[in-house]
Amino acid sequence: MYRPGKETKTMRFMMIVKASADSEAGVLPSKELVAAMGRYNEELAKAGVLLAADGLHASSKGARVAFSGGRPTVTDGPFAETKELIAGFWIIQAQSLDEAVEWASRVPFEEGEIEVRQVFEPTDFPADVLPPEDAAREQALRQTLGR
Amino acid sequence: MTGSDIHGAIDAVWRIESARVIAGLTRIVRDVGLAEELAQDALVAALEQWPESGIPRNPGAWLMATAKHRAIDLVRRQQRLDDKVQQLGRELETEQRIAEQDFEAVLDTDFGDDLLRLMFISCHPVLSTEARVALTLRLLGGLSTAEIARAFLVTEPTVAQRIVRAKRTLAKEHVPFEVPEGPELADRLSSVLEVIYLVFNEGYSATAGDDWMRPALCEEALRLGRVLAELVPQEPEAHGLVALMEIQASRSAARTGPDGEPVLLLDQDRSRWDQLLIHRGLAALERAEKLGGALGPYALQAAIAACHAQARTAQETDWQRIAALYEALAHLAPSPVVELNRAVALAMAYGPAAGLELADELAAEPSLRDYHLLPSVRGDLLARLGRLAEAREEFERAAALTRNERERTLLLARAAECRRTGEGGPTPYRNGH
Repeated sequence: MYRPGKETKTMRFMMIVKASADSEAGVLPSKELVAAMGRYNEELAKAGVLLAADGLHASSKGARVAFSGGRPTVTDGPFAETKELIAGFWIIQAQSLDEAVEWASRVPFEEGEIEVRQVFEPTDFPADVLPPEDAAREQALRQTLGR
Repeated sequence: MTGSDIHGAIDAVWRIESARVIAGLTRIVRDVGLAEELAQDALVAALEQWPESGIPRNPGAWLMATAKHRAIDLVRRQQRLDDKVQQLGRELETEQRIAEQDFEAVLDTDFGDDLLRLMFISCHPVLSTEARVALTLRLLGGLSTAEIARAFLVTEPTVAQRIVRAKRTLAKEHVPFEVPEGPELADRLSSVLEVIYLVFNEGYSATAGDDWMRPALCEEALRLGRVLAELVPQEPEAHGLVALMEIQASRSAARTGPDGEPVLLLDQDRSRWDQLLIHRGLAALERAEKLGGALGPYALQAAIAACHAQARTAQETDWQRIAALYEALAHLAPSPVVELNRAVALAMAYGPAAGLELADELAAEPSLRDYHLLPSVRGDLLARLGRLAEAREEFERAAALTRNERERTLLLARAAECRRTGEGGPTPYRNGH
């Protein structure tokens, strides 16, 4: 059997929907787009790859917390740079960036932009970056039954 | 797009579309082996043409239409062969003619039913369990023979042979491409659930240093489970299995320590549990429960897993509920291993004596005679009750029975501890679960 491509591994990707003038103005999408998005989400769910999805309110309802020298400074929305803002996201399971990009390409948008980013997996962090287990924990482990 | 980019993109399309294309083709040609070959031919055509033409707008429909043309070519080629083959070809062509419009319809209709039929046929009881697993991963997961072989630690020819034989058996037995109805449905569905859970467990049992294909089986099983649950949303056990797998998978990162050693459930760092998967697991369990009726074995196991997932610390675990769920599970799927788990839950909920009573009953169970966990649990409960001499014997017996070197060391250490602290009172009760 022939199968193209290189080795793949299941990963998670976030498909980030960039904000638009409409999303920032709080204009709700058309009935048609809502229906098309519903079908798209259903397709993701039926393929078993949809893990989470949500849309975000306009940045006017949000705030920014910036840090400098360890001190937080809060700025209330809205924020001007629309194209750098986020309006929503999906998290999907995929075997490759290509697969995630293929799914992103099927989003029923006429206009807009989706950024596809890989999500860190818990297993991407080696156990040793976590606090070392203390002696008592080690002891407890030794006393634990092998099951 | 560069050459390698487009190959990656085609690979992605294949991953997304192959099962649906094979399922649609099987409905028309009524032979899963032939359908897969045709789909493969279509893929080869895509690899030849798409780098030039670009990926079509509806790549699934393109693959399907291309496979259809291959099917008709194949029939014509076969007609030019000897009588026997000619006759076969004619039969196929007749079906083909009847199916002509079907092709067009299949291109537009929901693939759901065909996909479900493909799941049922891949997990058909005429096939051995190994064959069901290999065929499911190949046809529904789009995995290559090499990937399946690596995942299951067998050779590629072994897997290839399993798949070839499976296809031959399905053809020879004239297994219909259909969704079973009536009383047959429950049995056939449990075969599908079993295959998916088996794939999951194969991945879950992978250890550090294993090929990455092995843990990847967990994600693939989860995906297949979710696909199935969407295809049969009215079946509580499909959601139950998804719930069980999501919650078990949520612990992946916490299951091994810094040196790759296993970390038991109650000792796991719960901050490393994947809350997204827990959330999904609890939602799937709720779907199963909302469908009404008594929970099935998968949903019950999921409910037990959910008890752990919802406890913020090991101490907060609702052991009474877990013991009750094990009791329900033991009624539904009686097994000494389930009883042993119930003994542990009883001990955690009501004290070691309650657990020991049940564990002692199990000591007479012949199927547990060589099962190291029984003496291991009994030893633990006896130690907790301060009956250290008996506990030591049990730990030593368990150590002799286990095949896991690490476990043996732990058990012998506990036996030695019983001897040392003979007069020092009971050791703190600990148990993995």
